[in-house]
Amino acid sequence: MSNIVKYIFRFILFVLVQEFILDKVPPVNQYVIPYLYFLFILWLPFSINRFALMFVAFLTGLSIDYFSGTPGLHAAPCVLIAYLRPFILNLLIPQETTEQSYVEPSIQSMGLGAYSFYIILFTFLHHAYMILIEWLQFGNFRYFFTKVGVTTLLSILLISATEILFFRKAKYRTNAA
Amino acid sequence: MNKYSKTHEVFFAGITNEMVGKVNKKYDNVYSYLNLQKINNQLAQENARLRDSLKSSSIFVSNDVDSTSSFKPDSSSLPIRKYSYLYARVVGNNISSQINMLMLERGRLQGIEKDMAVIGPQGIVGEVVEVSDNFCRVKSLLHRKSSVSAMLKRDKNSGNIEWDGVSPEYVLMKNIPKSAKIFKGDSVVTSTYSNYPPNILVGTIESIRKDNSSNFFTLKIKTSTNFFNLQYVYVVKNSRYNEQRLLEDSKLKLNE
Repeated sequence: MSNIVKYIFRFILFVLVQEFILDKVPPVNQYVIPYLYFLFILWLPFSINRFALMFVAFLTGLSIDYFSGTPGLHAAPCVLIAYLRPFILNLLIPQETTEQSYVEPSIQSMGLGAYSFYIILFTFLHHAYMILIEWLQFGNFRYFFTKVGVTTLLSILLISATEILFFRKAKYRTNAA
Repeated sequence: MNKYSKTHEVFFAGITNEMVGKVNKKYDNVYSYLNLQKINNQLAQENARLRDSLKSSSIFVSNDVDSTSSFKPDSSSLPIRKYSYLYARVVGNNISSQINMLMLERGRLQGIEKDMAVIGPQGIVGEVVEVSDNFCRVKSLLHRKSSVSAMLKRDKNSGNIEWDGVSPEYVLMKNIPKSAKIFKGDSVVTSTYSNYPPNILVGTIESIRKDNSSNFFTLKIKTSTNFFNLQYVYVVKNSRYNEQRLLEDSKLKLNE
């Protein structure tokens, strides 16, 4: 399967899962909301350039937004994490080996420590920015902090589950690819 | 939610609502099949209620004016029907976020306009915020910025219904004076000031909170509408809405 088809397929899957499964989960509490869709952005290949990355992230956020009727609420944090992603990845991966030999971020390509840091940081950034936007419209300080904490924890749990259930073969990049 | 510039809103709503609506409809086809039993029950109950109150179910604005007074009755002597109802299927429904929206499979081509009220078989649901050709998006009562004028059925004291974002089963009613006689379980209905037809059930009082720093109660209301399994709703067209809106807006201009 060609890479681009794989990513398009993955995009559709993430948006549908977020919109028709995770968003339909009956709320346990106002703070507990499962988010997973932004993992699509974190899973995009190393080699994608920043503008393409930000554009794809914007589209991802916007698709979620149009389903939930909140233009901009998800698109903004998606573009933020897409913008910051290359900086953080440059810090986290050994330049010489990883970027050239692996296609996309994963436990195998980055190591468990670096990959966990990468996931936790961006999950936190995404949620903090999104809930900040929400908080500017309504809510109070406690709402902001509690919700960022709880949703981040929940998302990390979901991402761990996803990583275990859908094991991605870390593709070695060859010259032919 | 409704402060985007008009052109953007209309342009994007037109394109994306159609697309999202179609996807939502596919999903809803499956979902509503699983819920048929519940919905049938709901519909049967509603039918029974409507049959009970056939005469009072349609709301007429009376134009009878005393002939000795100097007020002029309307040109036509027939009573005017103020509210008309259009049934719509819910194809998208969100309850888990702070800004919940519904999507209905009715749009501009079926006569839906922005700001129309939406009521369900059990009570009020929300109001239309975006319209495309065949779909419309409804700001649910469970929206942090929703605000509905409501009154206590018992003594007609009116207040404001808001949602605090905590639970999709409860909303808050504010600005009820402490002089009002309130009991747990009292019905709360839409007031005559609201965009909704008057006397539509909003919910029942679950608990009463006294705010010591003000002269008002804050009531916790259990919504009569079950937002978890909403499948069919009615969009209400208020034939006098534009006229009323025009007058309200012109008053604003004087104040400026």
